[in-house]
Amino acid sequence: MKKLIRKTGLILGAAALTLGAYTAQAADTIKVGVLHSLSGTMAISETTLKDTVLMMVDEQNKKGGLLGKKLEAVVVDPASNWPLFAEKTKELIEQKDVDVIFGCWTSVSRKSVLPVIEELNGLLFYPVQYEGEESSKNVFYTGAAPNQQAIPAVDYLMEEEGVERWVLEGTDYVYPQTTNKILKSYLLSKGVKEKDISINYTPFGHADWSTRVSEIKAFGSAGKKTAVVSTVNGDANVPFYKELGNQGVTAEDIPVVAFSVGEEELSGFDTAPLVGHLAAWNYFQSAESEANDEFIAKWKKFIGDDKRVTNDPMEATYIGFTAWTKAVEKAGTTDVDKVRSAMYGIKVPNLTGGIAEVLPNHHFTKPVLIGEIQEDGQFDIVSQTKEVPGDAWTDFLPESAKLVSDWQNPKIACGNYNTATKTCGGETEEAE
Amino acid sequence: MNKCIKFVLCLCLGVVTALGHASQFEETVFSLSEGSYSQKAKVIEALADIQDERVLPVLKALIEPGFGVFLDETTSQLLIVEKKNDALIASNVISGGDVVVTEETPLKKVKVNNRLRRLARAKIAVIQLQSPDSSVRYESAKNLSKKPDKNLRDVIAEAHIAEKTSKVKRTLALALAFIDIHSSDQTLRFNAVEVLGTSVEPKAVGVLTRLAEKNDQGEYLDDDPIVAELAEKKLKSVQSKVSFFKFSENALYGISLGSILLLAAIGLAITFGVMGVINMAHGEMIMLGAYTTFFIQLLFPSLVDWSLLIAIPTAFLVSGCAGVLIERLVIRHLYGRPLDTLLATFGISLILQQAVRTYRSNNVPVVTPDWLSGFWSANGAMSITYNRIYILIFSLIVLAMLALILKKTMMGLQMRAVTQNRPMANSMGIRSGWVDALTFGLGSGIAGIAGVALSQITNVGPNMGQAYIIDSFMVVVFGGVGNLLGTFFGAMSLGLANKFLEPYSGAVVGKIIVLVFIILFIQWRPRGLFALKGRFVDD
Amino acid sequence: MWQRSLLFRLIESDKTGRWVLAVIAVFAVLIPFLNLVVPQGSFFHVPTYVVTLLGKYLCYALLALALDLVWGYCGILSLGHGAFFALGGYAMGMYLMRQIGDRGVYGNPELPDFMVFLNWDALPWYWLGFDHFSWTLLMIVLVPGLLAFVFGWLAFRSRVTGVYLSIITQALTYALMQAFFLNDFGFGGNNGLTDFKDILGFDIQADTTRAALFFISAMVLLFTYLLCRFITLSKFGRVLVAIRDSESRARFLGYRVEHYKLLVFVGSAVIAGIAGALFVPQVGIINPGEFNPVNSIEIVIWVALGGRGTLYGAIVGALIVNYSKTFFTGIIPEMWLFALGGIFVVSTIYANRGVIIGLVLGVFVLNFSAPLLIGTLLGQFLLLAKFFTIVFISAVYFEKLFIKFKHVVLPLLSSLRHKKPEADAAS
Repeated sequence: MKKLIRKTGLILGAAALTLGAYTAQAADTIKVGVLHSLSGTMAISETTLKDTVLMMVDEQNKKGGLLGKKLEAVVVDPASNWPLFAEKTKELIEQKDVDVIFGCWTSVSRKSVLPVIEELNGLLFYPVQYEGEESSKNVFYTGAAPNQQAIPAVDYLMEEEGVERWVLEGTDYVYPQTTNKILKSYLLSKGVKEKDISINYTPFGHADWSTRVSEIKAFGSAGKKTAVVSTVNGDANVPFYKELGNQGVTAEDIPVVAFSVGEEELSGFDTAPLVGHLAAWNYFQSAESEANDEFIAKWKKFIGDDKRVTNDPMEATYIGFTAWTKAVEKAGTTDVDKVRSAMYGIKVPNLTGGIAEVLPNHHFTKPVLIGEIQEDGQFDIVSQTKEVPGDAWTDFLPESAKLVSDWQNPKIACGNYNTATKTCGGETEEAE
Repeated sequence: MNKCIKFVLCLCLGVVTALGHASQFEETVFSLSEGSYSQKAKVIEALADIQDERVLPVLKALIEPGFGVFLDETTSQLLIVEKKNDALIASNVISGGDVVVTEETPLKKVKVNNRLRRLARAKIAVIQLQSPDSSVRYESAKNLSKKPDKNLRDVIAEAHIAEKTSKVKRTLALALAFIDIHSSDQTLRFNAVEVLGTSVEPKAVGVLTRLAEKNDQGEYLDDDPIVAELAEKKLKSVQSKVSFFKFSENALYGISLGSILLLAAIGLAITFGVMGVINMAHGEMIMLGAYTTFFIQLLFPSLVDWSLLIAIPTAFLVSGCAGVLIERLVIRHLYGRPLDTLLATFGISLILQQAVRTYRSNNVPVVTPDWLSGFWSANGAMSITYNRIYILIFSLIVLAMLALILKKTMMGLQMRAVTQNRPMANSMGIRSGWVDALTFGLGSGIAGIAGVALSQITNVGPNMGQAYIIDSFMVVVFGGVGNLLGTFFGAMSLGLANKFLEPYSGAVVGKIIVLVFIILFIQWRPRGLFALKGRFVDD
Repeated sequence: MWQRSLLFRLIESDKTGRWVLAVIAVFAVLIPFLNLVVPQGSFFHVPTYVVTLLGKYLCYALLALALDLVWGYCGILSLGHGAFFALGGYAMGMYLMRQIGDRGVYGNPELPDFMVFLNWDALPWYWLGFDHFSWTLLMIVLVPGLLAFVFGWLAFRSRVTGVYLSIITQALTYALMQAFFLNDFGFGGNNGLTDFKDILGFDIQADTTRAALFFISAMVLLFTYLLCRFITLSKFGRVLVAIRDSESRARFLGYRVEHYKLLVFVGSAVIAGIAGALFVPQVGIINPGEFNPVNSIEIVIWVALGGRGTLYGAIVGALIVNYSKTFFTGIIPEMWLFALGGIFVVSTIYANRGVIIGLVLGVFVLNFSAPLLIGTLLGQFLLLAKFFTIVFISAVYFEKLFIKFKHVVLPLLSSLRHKKPEADAAS
């Protein structure tokens, strides 16, 4: 018993000591949570974004920090495991007391984080193009909504390449499903016949494309100019393009426009057979602007590799981070609610020479760029639109067309205001 | 005298026109370096009309990979630059002389988009139709039939008559038919339908299908019912041919997928099948092999064409050594505890994955050598890519070599002895420890070789091992553990099943059906396709 | 009588198990108490984050227990137990989806959001009934159980054993993963089911609900542990062990091996399903990723690490691996897989697991001895210390209580009982 008490005493003593050390350690900094997978399947894409945030934090600290405090990045690894995303979000907000989180890539990771971040009233900047149909009070969507990527790309193909026949090829998950649904109704409204549209889905990581590419070839030889709109995701892209190249489907015959292939993905490709295929993004490394040159130089220096490229989600992270710092300065605090209301209307220069404005629906205005793949793994920008405001709820789905999102207007102040019934969905009633 | 004057005059005229062309070329070609894409398109049109042998290289440089037309901004020379093994070889467009350029030279590329590439390719095709090389003519003919141009009808018809090689002649006839089918002359159209009816090219079939279309009342949509009727008749005979070729193509794809599965699984057939180690790190051995290919291409950029051949033995060594190391350090302690090997090798697999990820989190690019790219095409309806053919052959070679090693060599004998009865083998003087290490090394080495092959068709990245591990286990178990022939048949039947299901059910459902099939099959034959017979299996 | 009582028999010869039980029992009461009653800011307050985290671990422990029952005691290495877990989870998830009602983003009272979004006009038949909790409970048990029954009946009857069985269980979970990824399958595709609001009318995000879920998980784990002990100690359990050690011999002795295997496999699947059902409301999402074969392999690793065929080992293994995952992913996000992989490798080679885990931890602390790391480590240590002081004290007292009970109370009781007849006899 004595021994036990002594042991307990020792432990408690040690605990008290460490408590002191621990609290002393936590200096007065503004903490920036970084929630990107560093292991597992998504590490391929997300590691770069972690580095981007670290670079931005570093950069800001060199400028003297924020509100007179230093920024401190808190990095965790949700390991491409969706429930772990929720757990790590909790850890970041509750345990590590972060003021803002930059993170997530896949839709499902965001969906997993969403209830947590809303419950704990955190702030998440989500940097990847996504399917829309969401507008949370606690999330800013710095990537493209469907109307900021897909439709201008299709317009380009119709006008420049005279495409009349469409293959909508995607990986079977929500983003391609939505995008294709939107595109289909758009194409039908443009007079494309139903039989000239072919929609197909393949599983994640689909590696054997021989049959599919052969089918696309057959579909494309019906005498009308054909194009493929690809929402094929991640790892399935390399075998897809390799098969296209090897089966002799060149960009001149059947151009492929992709929404999830950027510079970073191309650096894992043998680009020679891909020249001329297209991608639609809001940013390309080849964009000509001073801000971009500066950003690229900084990035290469930070990462210590001259061959590293920049890509669209990095720009989205950049825009999100800059907008957040501006909002914090404007609000004079990192308090989530105050920063949130300070965010609306903030304008930050994007890297393509334009301005990104934060909209009351938590999306941003973004230009749409179409690029052709070049041999060096870069894109040659062949078309660029003006800034398009991001639309949280697409107009091409009947249930969603009725909804609008406006967090600024006190009369609405919700993410899914139904214009027909003049009420908000259940989500906000509960939040009040 | 008169003749003499005439001759001189002609000469002068010739020189003048040549000079005229020459200066025309020089003037025109410079406008390539500026202006919008549609302006450039006009320039290309103009260039193609100039009779000058310097036109062809320029047009080719615009579209061919590895080449480019650049404007040297300091000297304002227009250059054709070839990038070969990181070195730049440049020649002046006007004079043809070699120019020295380095990475520092301020070069501005003449950018082209798909429309310009298409245009340039069509123009090149017309020029090269007169080429003495029949394969070049064939290429041109194919390009011309891609987008039939009414204005080129005479050129094509002329070439068609002059052509001697039957392959090229057929293609030209087809190109002609594509043009004639839109003409108003009934005989021309009739002939065109006849020509189209002999081809299984998807495009020809597509044209016939459209001709034979009927409206709701059963009337032909085409203005000329006689042509349409003929088209319908032709279409029927073509379609049965096409479906036969499609079937064969599908079978080919199935065998190709089977060979890929075979390659991925064959190393596992050794480490898991023969040794009984549940080797979760098998996928990472494949990954090591693929990364070896990448590093070899990185280290010897000038040997890209040979890189795969170098990579095969290197990858074997790298993965093999890694295998021996793993066996000596970890698995050695775990014999007789097969499930602990699962745990340990899973740990190793995590470590290897993360190690690669720490080196570079993204996929790495592995270049496909020229001799592996492109496709073999029996006809328009049936084709398969070269890399798949090579992988098929390669997997069979690997399988044969392995069977030879196991059946015909001393080492193979010892391996079989050790795995079948360890104490007995020991007492016969076999150093079972080393045999174990070598067997595991062999299995891992073969996985490494598989990695080299897989680098040609899929991603090379930290996740690539995970993508193949489950399939590999399925193949080995389906075929019968410990049986190479079983692995072969297992891989082939799974590949074929997958490919024949895919067109009907889609890739996902097809895959699910195959998995359910495996589950049910194992109920029927609990020890796989080719069960080992004998007492030792029923321990 | 006490000596013959079931509970007593179950824990008497199981010293480590008793410890584990004690710890869980103490946690089950203490954690909700510390979370709900002790005010925030107090040294002893346990944040809700920790409650849900521990609740998640307990679900994993339950899952590991299920696997240990079939693998450790019957030699069936299932590489597909994650499938049963996920199916239970989906059943619960469907109930929770129905509970959302018209509070989804589209405000559709009939259909869940993802169906609205995919333009479905009616609820598919297999979603019917999930409005009712009792139906859901039935399905949580029935769906994994039925699948295990059909699968096991086919497999065991044809005497599929060893690696063949392992691989086809893997094929099963892999096929299910592919199927659930399909958007047309009606389970939300890749995104799965999420954005839950209520469970049985209680707000799923409320601290009390969380604490209650935690308590229930702990209780279910305790009960299941005892149940598994009961099974393994019974004659049925003896036969299972006989089958594990030599299937043919057991068959020759006249036991219907496949019936035993089938029964234990189904039972284990049901436990796994319950674990999944408890897991979902606590983590707030269920998606096809749970079917991933790698997850199922991980379960095997928890059991192997803790010690196969001991039951408590499964629990300890699950807790250790998952705790190290949480810990390492927060502290050394880029290196944690090395640590985890290292633990797996080293702990299989050397049996003395505790030492090795300590060693690996030590090496990592030394290697990455940045001040931040030490600070965080100490913070973690503090957290652990806090728990373990409590746990240690309570467990020691529990143990003492038990010994006292066994050596003092029981003899006393029995002497009391026995005295009477003796006295009768004497008279």
